[in-house]
Amino acid sequence: MSYPVVSRGRTGYPPLLAELHDPPDRLYLRGGPASVLAEPSVAVVVARSCSSYGAQVAREISRELAAAGVVVVSGLARGIDGEAHRGALAAGGRTVAVLGCGIDRDYPRAHAHLAGRVAESGAVVSEYPPGVEPSPWRFPARNRIVAGLARATIVVEARERSGALITADFALELGREVFAVPGEITSSLSAGTNDLIRQGATPLLSADDVLGVLGLERPPPRPPADLSRDARALLGPLSELSRSLDELTRATGLDSARIAAALTELELGGLVAVADGVYRPTTGGRSLS
Amino acid sequence: MESVLARAVTHALVGIEARAVEVEAHLQNGVPAFAIVGLPDKACQEAKERVRSGITSAELEWPLRRITVNLAPAGLRKEGSGYDLPIALAVLAASRQVPPERLAEHAAVGELGLDGRLRPVPGVIVAAEAARRAGLRRLLCPHESAPEAALAGIEPVPLRHLAEAGAYLRGRYEPEPVEPAVPPSRNGSGPDLAEVRGQERARRALEIAAAGRHNVLLAGPPGTGKTMLARRLPGILPPLTLDEALEVTRIHSVAGVLPPSRPLVDRPPFRAPHHTASAAAVVGGGPGPRPGEVSLAHRGVLLLDELPEFHRPVLEALRQPLEDGCVAIARVAGQASFPARFMLVGTMNMCPCGARGDPSLECRCSPQKLAAYSAKLSRALLDRFDLVVAMPRSQARELDAPPGEASGVVRARVEPAAEAVREAKPRLGREGRELLARAVDALPLSARGRARVLRAAATVAALAGAATIEPAHVAEALSYRPPPDLAT
Repeated sequence: MSYPVVSRGRTGYPPLLAELHDPPDRLYLRGGPASVLAEPSVAVVVARSCSSYGAQVAREISRELAAAGVVVVSGLARGIDGEAHRGALAAGGRTVAVLGCGIDRDYPRAHAHLAGRVAESGAVVSEYPPGVEPSPWRFPARNRIVAGLARATIVVEARERSGALITADFALELGREVFAVPGEITSSLSAGTNDLIRQGATPLLSADDVLGVLGLERPPPRPPADLSRDARALLGPLSELSRSLDELTRATGLDSARIAAALTELELGGLVAVADGVYRPTTGGRSLS
Repeated sequence: MESVLARAVTHALVGIEARAVEVEAHLQNGVPAFAIVGLPDKACQEAKERVRSGITSAELEWPLRRITVNLAPAGLRKEGSGYDLPIALAVLAASRQVPPERLAEHAAVGELGLDGRLRPVPGVIVAAEAARRAGLRRLLCPHESAPEAALAGIEPVPLRHLAEAGAYLRGRYEPEPVEPAVPPSRNGSGPDLAEVRGQERARRALEIAAAGRHNVLLAGPPGTGKTMLARRLPGILPPLTLDEALEVTRIHSVAGVLPPSRPLVDRPPFRAPHHTASAAAVVGGGPGPRPGEVSLAHRGVLLLDELPEFHRPVLEALRQPLEDGCVAIARVAGQASFPARFMLVGTMNMCPCGARGDPSLECRCSPQKLAAYSAKLSRALLDRFDLVVAMPRSQARELDAPPGEASGVVRARVEPAAEAVREAKPRLGREGRELLARAVDALPLSARGRARVLRAAATVAALAGAATIEPAHVAEALSYRPPPDLAT
């Protein structure tokens, strides 16, 4: 099986990528067309080990960016790192995955299915021809392509000295905008991102921050859903703090059954997300409360 | 004196069934000897020594002749020590120390001590039922087993010593009649839900589970009260009917776990095997098949604490009983089927290190470890849990929460709902159907997931006293679906 190739200096080679000081000579593609690589794009990078907060933010931001027409670039790495791709796909948007191994490899295997969906919507790309095995030293090289393709880079969660910070360094070298998602100062999972903010990265508070830099606008917000009284009553306490169902029971005085029903209503409306039994408002949910 | 023959009737356990066994004792002239034939196992073979000492201790005479005991049908394996009493009585009848024709009117079961005392054996209720069906009116049995035998509707003859058996059969002793077992009071046993503060979400899930007999999975960091809550589930289940109680009692009797003080298991049983348990211990097995934990939990609750720590084959072996409500065990020696209609309650941490879900701790599990942890629960097993409850540790102090309702209050709501689920299951209304369809598109929800939600929603409606499943019921049921990262 042969894969389409775009070569440096030829048409179709992403102009932003050429700004790298060592751009790849050729890029192999799965999916495509190659023109998707030239569209306004943002890299969303998450450390391999991340919290449920990090996973939710990655998915959420990617979904909103993709909904606004931005191509989401990420690394298809193991663990919850696929969240960026999943978020973009959930919005029906386009996303690009950059591999650190041969274009024909599904690595990690667990993401083979995800890679297929990414290729259908956008593209899977690699600088390595078919057959090249994944190896650790290729991943930093992959990160330079992630940073090179994107107009801006968002680091969602990273420990100190995390691989995700390498991507941010490449972006800074290229003079591109770097956003970091603020985390709790007590969480070592956010130590790297909080440090980026101290060094001058823009703290990312909503997708609008990124869209502003790209000169794009968010699609008009959905008309507020026809919410039940119970559901409305929950948005207030949720906007202060992410909470478990039991905490909501005590904050509102409603019983557990009614709260569970109202939370499902909010979840189906895309206003609330749940992870590990803790409910958090989405950006849409915050704008309503 | 030429050869003499006498018979006693007893029963062999095959699973939780009993087969009639005829114990023939044959006395011949010749060198004194004692042989037991008819496929006895080791324990049964050793009856020889107990019977000989027992008869001597009862100040009866051990016949100094050539004694052969045959256990018929000879092809059926005989296990255990319950044959001691019938063998001793057959020998006594053959030597005319007790009247053979009177012995033939009785069934007998029990183990002998070397001093002639009688000891209880497993499965007496099953043997007693078989004896009654065979038209025998009285069962000679150890004193401790008499209340259990009485449950079977046969008249037990409670005996403390082999000498009493001899005296009774000769008509010189009449034991006191046994009071039929009175069901002990239903309240006051088992831990109460009132002892649990907060945890409104999990309490509600248990209430739904109890009303609809749904399996529940409780996931949360250590110390959030998962096990404490699970142990209180039997207390809110409707009490067993008499037929159910007898069925459960039979299984517990055969397994030898029946407490002599409470011969009738009239409350839903609760079993919590340790996570190192083998597949045979959990689903049943052994050479002569014995009921496992799933059968001991029949009509009750099986708690698998730390579910992912159980061996994978054990978890996979649970799928068949969960599906069929019984365990079929085939062995070379025979086949047995044990009922196993239980509620499964599983508890687990949210990650191997246990920190996930606890805001004060930081999880250090690698993505690989996380994946391996949730992969332990196969899709197929996870599908059996209609209710999955995430129990994160509260940021507020749970102890400030008001004390919860008592088990009795909850049970009063569960009982009518359980009946409604059985008799007139609420049907899905049009609006409920629309909401469910929307959830299938938005969440995503698989076909099996949809069926799970629907089952739970029917119970939620029944608890609300509704005949139709409304959107609010579907919405609540949807909140108990498994989180996507568990559903790998």
